[in-house]
Amino acid sequence: MSMTEQLILTFISGGIICAIAQVLIDLTRITPARILVIYVSVGVLLFAVGVYEPMYEIFGSGVSVPLIGFGANIARGVREAVDKEGFIGALTGGLAASSAGITSALLFGLFASLLFKTKSKRM
Amino acid sequence: MKRITKINSDIHFKSWAAVGGYEERRGPLGEKFDFCDMSDKFGQTTWEIAEAEMGRVALNTALSKSGLSHSDIELLVAGDLQNQCVASSTGLSSFGIPFLGIYGACSTCTESIMTLSAFMNSSETMQMGGAVTSSHNSAAERQFRTPIEYGGQRAPTAQWTSTAAGAFILCRGRGDVMITEYMPGRIVDGSTSDGANMGGAMAFAAFDSIYAYFEESGENPHNIDAIITGDLGRVGSDILREMLSKELPGTEALHNDCGLLLYDMKNQDAHSGASGCGTSASVLACHFLPMLAEGRLRRILFLSTGALMSPSSLLQGENIYGIAPLIRLESGKETNK
Amino acid sequence: MNSEAKKQLIKKHSPGSSLFKDLILSFIFGGGICVIGQLLFELYTTLGLDKKLSSTVVTVTLIFIAALLTALGIFDKIAKHAGAGTLVPVTGFSNAVVSQAMDAKSEGYVLGVGAKIYTVAGPVILFGLLSGVVYGVIYYIYSLLGG
Repeated sequence: MSMTEQLILTFISGGIICAIAQVLIDLTRITPARILVIYVSVGVLLFAVGVYEPMYEIFGSGVSVPLIGFGANIARGVREAVDKEGFIGALTGGLAASSAGITSALLFGLFASLLFKTKSKRM
Repeated sequence: MKRITKINSDIHFKSWAAVGGYEERRGPLGEKFDFCDMSDKFGQTTWEIAEAEMGRVALNTALSKSGLSHSDIELLVAGDLQNQCVASSTGLSSFGIPFLGIYGACSTCTESIMTLSAFMNSSETMQMGGAVTSSHNSAAERQFRTPIEYGGQRAPTAQWTSTAAGAFILCRGRGDVMITEYMPGRIVDGSTSDGANMGGAMAFAAFDSIYAYFEESGENPHNIDAIITGDLGRVGSDILREMLSKELPGTEALHNDCGLLLYDMKNQDAHSGASGCGTSASVLACHFLPMLAEGRLRRILFLSTGALMSPSSLLQGENIYGIAPLIRLESGKETNK
Repeated sequence: MNSEAKKQLIKKHSPGSSLFKDLILSFIFGGGICVIGQLLFELYTTLGLDKKLSSTVVTVTLIFIAALLTALGIFDKIAKHAGAGTLVPVTGFSNAVVSQAMDAKSEGYVLGVGAKIYTVAGPVILFGLLSGVVYGVIYYIYSLLGG
């Protein structure tokens, strides 16, 4: 697969995943915070049933950049930890696998609050 | 049930002031504001204190317009949108004037003027009082919705909380603008729990008050020049006008809404219009009171509309209740003759 | 007027979102952010990082970009148009965390920033972990049964 083909597949799959969320927000009363929660859980589910990894092979960042990828990361971490450590892996794998995203977001948040001030909203 | 109180002693608006922020200055009434801070910060470090300062500036401006000192004011009635009305108590603390803090959500402007005039009407000695109302977009967003830098989309029915304050000095005796009647509002179920459609929820309360006023007073709508609601926005105004045209034909043409006047509905992205208790306070101060004072309007009914709810009640799925206290304002030029 | 009649009246006068425009914009912005992620991924693998590490660094890079745009007051102006296009990628998670932290600064670093930073991050982490643990337990039992 050429780079251009890959980018087109990434663009389309990522776009569709976001557009589905937009439909849910516009047509139902699901709040954006709930969308994030649903997408992470869907990511775990897609990984668990074995759909995520083949999708990732084709679409790359198109499925891993949306929060589905965040959920799939948690599931992958859990599976690897269970393989290695047994039952306790179900408790240790998830946070370990998602720690880079969580820790970086929290730290950037802290730095932003130290260095920047909020500006009032404009229409 | 008798709801309308006629004010027996003469009470007039001695002076008034409107203060706003960036979007308010850009709006069609922008040049009529006494002062607008384009940074919305009013020289303060937090949005909450910025709102408090805005209220203080509004009262100071109203006082200086009529050459009064804070010691001339015997009672302040004030409210805002922050928890425990802390913007009013913080901003107005330095005046040292006896203070009544009130909360009526966005109906606070009418509620404060009504409460103050009730005190003056029942007291034989009280000469002068002040009413102050403020709301700040950033403080309200933080408290009721999402962080200021949060990237979200607003629904088409949502309104824009104004960064605005209005201050009014009421004085015994005759003047250019008189307050002649007041009528407290009833709590009316808005039948929706959608926090992004408060105008729709409040429309029924506005209708309840307008209908009750005409029913009890027997007033002919031809004698009224305008019926002004606070912040129903486009959605709420459409609902109210439909109900008025059915139940009180002719009155729908008298209706206008401060939430539709504060921003340019075409060129400013206000969605359904302005909201926040500073909306009706600032529009009354910079638009309707001058028109009454000049005699361009003779008699108006003014109803700030409040959406009674809290972030918790919305999360718990409770309905939004509306309230619309009513005051009747008359041009002194008319009543003097 | 009864509650049902009021609901009907509100519905009649409440305009809906312009779904078509929202869909197009969320598709373009969402797809675009994923493409940026893919380009970064290609860059990192070219630089010699393995695929798993590259993917992690891409996530951190996108979180950083979204955090910076949030701090500069630009993110909300983009998101206003992009909608789910900036919300659903990991950029939305970053913005929710950073905007909360900035907002809470005036209330102090411990009970302000420290506590409120989790307002949106908390649910995402909690339910992500819950799903992960449920999957882990099922996967463990399944592997015991010799699956």
